[in-house]
Amino acid sequence: MKRLALLSALMGQVAPARAATATDLPTDPLGSPMWTYHAERLFADARVVFDAQVGLAIPGIAENQRVFPVMVDARAVPDVTRLLIFADLNPIPLAIDYRPLAARAFLATRIKLDQRTPVRAAVQTRDGTWHVAGQWIDAAGGGCSAPPVSRVKGDWAEHLGDMRGRTWAEGEETRLRLTLRHPMDTGLVENIPAYNLETLRVLGEDGREQAHVTVSGAVAEDPTFTLLLAGREARYRVIARDTSGREFEALIAGPTP
Amino acid sequence: MILSRRHVVTGAMALPALAPALAPALARAEVFAGSYAPRAEAIGDGVWMVRGADAPILFENGGAIANSAFLATDAGTVLFDPGVSLAHGTALATLARRTTGREVARVYVSHLHPDHAMGAAAFDPAIVHALPATREGLLRDVEGFSDAMYRLLADWMKGTQIALPRGDVTAGEVTFGGRTFQLLALDGHSGGDLALLDHATGTLLTGDLVFHDRAPSTPHADLGRWRRALETLQALPHRKLLPGHGPPDTGAGAIAQTRDWLDWLETSLREAVTSGLSMVEAGRAAIPPRFASLKAARYELERSVSHLYPGLEAELLPAL
Repeated sequence: MKRLALLSALMGQVAPARAATATDLPTDPLGSPMWTYHAERLFADARVVFDAQVGLAIPGIAENQRVFPVMVDARAVPDVTRLLIFADLNPIPLAIDYRPLAARAFLATRIKLDQRTPVRAAVQTRDGTWHVAGQWIDAAGGGCSAPPVSRVKGDWAEHLGDMRGRTWAEGEETRLRLTLRHPMDTGLVENIPAYNLETLRVLGEDGREQAHVTVSGAVAEDPTFTLLLAGREARYRVIARDTSGREFEALIAGPTP
Repeated sequence: MILSRRHVVTGAMALPALAPALAPALARAEVFAGSYAPRAEAIGDGVWMVRGADAPILFENGGAIANSAFLATDAGTVLFDPGVSLAHGTALATLARRTTGREVARVYVSHLHPDHAMGAAAFDPAIVHALPATREGLLRDVEGFSDAMYRLLADWMKGTQIALPRGDVTAGEVTFGGRTFQLLALDGHSGGDLALLDHATGTLLTGDLVFHDRAPSTPHADLGRWRRALETLQALPHRKLLPGHGPPDTGAGAIAQTRDWLDWLETSLREAVTSGLSMVEAGRAAIPPRFASLKAARYELERSVSHLYPGLEAELLPAL
């Protein structure tokens, strides 16, 4: 029980009161040993379908297991309310839990891989159904359990929270890219407690939240996000918060039409 | 998760249909490493090349992807690049003896990368030479290389100990066993890239400063310095060139092609950052038709995105 609670906490999830049973779940096309385990916890009682409309794009090779690019484009799925990125065999499986409030079902970031694993994207639609896609990727070990580069160099604190970013017009929408310096410690490296970005929020000019990303330590050091916001505004406010309660804030000019 | 024995059995039976992605791993579990069968081909009087597979490092090719060369001298064979593993280096030594009639008496390691350097384990460390920067790079990275090679190549690596070359090579003319050659201390593909020009035949051994019909790899690249190294090689009169990967070249095509790819790569990645593309999108960029003959092009582009993109973002995205 203790272990379950710990794992749930690691996944950034409140353990569901009643999990869906394995018999309700579709057979995993990837044959992952952890499919049922994760699906029961992440998707609770909801209907789950494997759906090719969920565009999960990853490179063919995990060149750097500490910085593995993942892009999810689920714009072909209507009415997406949540978007998850997880890797079945990572010690911290859930990397991203995204609520695209006034944004498209699109997110690109970089995650850590601790071994060969399925990488998955799951989006939930307004009717509660989860649409899931995934691919196996081979990876060397240690993405989650090796110290970040900035810890080795020792300069992480000098750059903590430094942000870079820009917006671009994309049709009627706004593409926003943001990078933020953060060690994203997993807690799995000896003598370095977990310390990671927890949320990233994008607010419009009226202060309304347009995008809300919940982030775990499975996201790569110096995290990078690419989002697609509905419409265009003159300015966006980005607020990131980490597990120490530190807030990092920046203004990004909207795209010039 | 509770898996009954029955689930496991039916799951395994259904596997070929359900999990094609798993099939290669299972197939690999059944396959044992083969033996290296390098072949030497004369490319000049007393000079032979041993061609590597123009492919990524794979279990299927035992990691024998880099080109090596033999130079016959009165004091024994000079081996340029000893391969990836103990067995590979040993096979090259046997082949050298059979080809030139003399044992390997001197080994040069062109640069630190494991497909060129780890086969040094097959030789007496006293005869294995490299640039000081190559030795330093190996001191830093060789344990990681070793882990990565054992993971990818498994039994092909059996018995391969970490062997550091002597970091004692300096640029200049060398005469060994009556054969005179010029050593060039360059960099750009990595922190130290050794090239060798054989005077008698005009054969230029470039290591990985030059790739030919095989996309260049960039894990330790400094593109600006690499371009300067290519200019140096271009300016050096030579009759034949053996690249680190790909077929030999008699004109200036291989150097120009390497330069063309590096220029395109850098421009393409800079444009990707300034137009807002993610790493995944940058790795999916269209590869121009003129590079159609380059093997492993998509593979190396995706690797290069991993190596270079974060640095370009730090340079090109505005600070907030």
